[in-house]
Amino acid sequence: MNFSLSEEQTALKDSIGKFLERDYTFDDRWKVIKSHEGWSRAHWNQLAEIGLMALPVAEADGGLGGGGVDTMVVMEQIGKGLVLEPYLGCVVLPAALIKSAGTEAQRTSLSEGLASGETIYAFAHSEPGQRYERASVALSATPKGDGYVLNGKKISVLGGDCADVLIVSAKVPGDAEASLFLVPVTAAGVTRHAYPMQDAQRGADIEFADVSVGADALLGARAKAQGAIDYALDVACAALCAEAVGAMTELQKITIEYLKTRKQFGRALGTNQALQHRAVDMLMHVEMSRSMALDAAVSVDIPDHAARAKAISAAKTTINQACRFVGQNAVQLHGGIGVTHELNTSHYFKRLTMISVTFGDTDWHLARYGDALLAAA
Amino acid sequence: MDLRYSPEQQVFEKEVREFTRDNLDPEVARKVLEGCRLEREDFLSWHRALNKKGWVGVGWPKEFGGTGWDATQQHIFDEVTADAGAPQLIPFGLRMVAPVIMNFGNKAQQDYHLPKILSGENWWCQGYSEPGAGSDLASLQCKAERVGDHYIVNGQKTWTTLGQHADWIFCLVRTSTEGRKHEGISFLLIDMKTPGITVRPIIMLDQEHEVNEVWFDDVKVPVENRVGEENQGWTYAKFLLSHERTGIAGVGRCKRIVKRLQNVAKKALANGKPLIEDVRFRDRLAQVEIDLRALEITLLRVLDAEREKRQPGPEASLLKIKGSEIQQVLTELTMMAAGPAALPYVREGDNGAADVEWLSDEAFRYATGHYFNFRKTSIYGGSNEIQRNIITQLVLGL
Repeated sequence: MNFSLSEEQTALKDSIGKFLERDYTFDDRWKVIKSHEGWSRAHWNQLAEIGLMALPVAEADGGLGGGGVDTMVVMEQIGKGLVLEPYLGCVVLPAALIKSAGTEAQRTSLSEGLASGETIYAFAHSEPGQRYERASVALSATPKGDGYVLNGKKISVLGGDCADVLIVSAKVPGDAEASLFLVPVTAAGVTRHAYPMQDAQRGADIEFADVSVGADALLGARAKAQGAIDYALDVACAALCAEAVGAMTELQKITIEYLKTRKQFGRALGTNQALQHRAVDMLMHVEMSRSMALDAAVSVDIPDHAARAKAISAAKTTINQACRFVGQNAVQLHGGIGVTHELNTSHYFKRLTMISVTFGDTDWHLARYGDALLAAA
Repeated sequence: MDLRYSPEQQVFEKEVREFTRDNLDPEVARKVLEGCRLEREDFLSWHRALNKKGWVGVGWPKEFGGTGWDATQQHIFDEVTADAGAPQLIPFGLRMVAPVIMNFGNKAQQDYHLPKILSGENWWCQGYSEPGAGSDLASLQCKAERVGDHYIVNGQKTWTTLGQHADWIFCLVRTSTEGRKHEGISFLLIDMKTPGITVRPIIMLDQEHEVNEVWFDDVKVPVENRVGEENQGWTYAKFLLSHERTGIAGVGRCKRIVKRLQNVAKKALANGKPLIEDVRFRDRLAQVEIDLRALEITLLRVLDAEREKRQPGPEASLLKIKGSEIQQVLTELTMMAAGPAALPYVREGDNGAADVEWLSDEAFRYATGHYFNFRKTSIYGGSNEIQRNIITQLVLGL
């Protein structure tokens, strides 16, 4: 048992920390938010130079072969800086899908663009009329000639606004399990509705109308994608947990600072016991979250799927609840200024809130954990 | 970063499991697993078995006859023995006064008391709280006047857990009324057989005799029984409290209760089906299990960080709050699992025997009593509100 980061992980953390300090101040970030794209290619390239894009790609596929703890280190910094560049949606998720579903040849060929940051992938999975279901895919892939024709709609695709290639979950009518297809966004019949999300990150709803793809568009084998989808979404949940810890740690710090400086009735807000105890409860949520984000990070790559599911859902439950508690109370303790757009408090609150409803809210993960209890009973 | 046990730690885990299997009295284990009341001898038989093996000084350094185990080994020991139904090692000697004697006591005190704590010859109890000094502990009034080579102690201590079994009591006493109230306190070790000491039971809401009042009426205590300097007792008292709080988290014990609750939820029926199939109950069970996992990892992080420092920091307060909350939820859930069977109170004779033939389910016999009993956990060891004050000051700096 060992809770220390390796030398490489500490160096990685410091590199991203320096980037945030130098190039990612609150003002820098505002500029990016207001830009047309809503994220910065220059920042993207800087992150690629640090090695972030190659990090989750296996060494055999030309990457750095990072694991759950490496991703945790990165995501915590991304949370701390409220980084807008779509690392989770366009690196973490695609890397997990390609690694888990791709054939050996696909892993080699697809990983090159992914690891360099030159090709941007996004995972199109959520659909209208669903919540967080992982297996029920309505988007259809009808065999035609040597290939398939895709019809359906995907929503809330993280990084779907800027992706070059979409990894789309779809079901061939009659198949028991979903398949994954690689679809260039330029393919005929693909329509993107890109938008800023509530937290200023970007996403898209994407329609597929008679989109023809070849047989080589299949990522891995047909009707065998469910394992990869589950794995990738668990990896994403663990990453979100770490991002949340970075964000809530910062928000906790900001709030304590405010309690020390803001004066009412002639004394600092932080001298009031009602507020002090609220602040302590926030800290407890942060510390419990940190523990569970660690557990998620070391659990994503364990071979026992049931144990992995349990650990990830336990972590995401804890973190979702903490996102809500820390976010809402940071705003409350700030008072009026907390509900304005000009202060970073509300920006952290919004990101934490979006994390708590991404890839499974509290009820969903609690139910998934409960299913595991029932299965073991 | 690796939260799994190393191969060496796995070997150690196996060793503890096998030792417990071979040396824990099955009757004691049964009582613990079913939540029955334990007698003095139940605690001591396990204590002595551990001492024979050299395993009773769990958190102690080797130089004082302890195990010298690191934090992870201590956690493994706690978890494995709790799981097997071992009684909790009574903390007052081993975990509370012993670290004070090791750090602040003189050689004579160390040589006399520490071996007797290890052997179980001397059972210790805690003389901290008073009727007028609960959360505001430093307001204590129990007075020790210096007369020649002795202190003459007069006053009252309360909430003295298992004081009815104790051979010795460690006491915070007032030796000066000058200056700040924290500055006039001394730390005394007192033989319970000394004339003038009276122990009176306090019956708690579960109708059990667990705590006591201890009265001191002109009790003569030799000056050499004072630990450290006169009027510096508050420093030692705080040191002891942080040790107390880390232990209160009770992760191993909570895991045992969770296991029991899981079994209960499989057997108890709701609408003709196992209670675990009731989604509302299952959600509650899932939530408390998840909270316990978060507490366990946090405890390991704290222990890991403190490996070098030896002395628990203010994080101990956080563990105390969370641990006591989880214990309370677990006992409440067990009562809820009982449904209408939560209502009866089983009267017992002094020997623990009772006519329980009529009970519909033996498994729920103690459930409600435990729920009531465990309300204490958010109050003792410094109430959870006091812990929040401590974190406010020492961690948040507000």
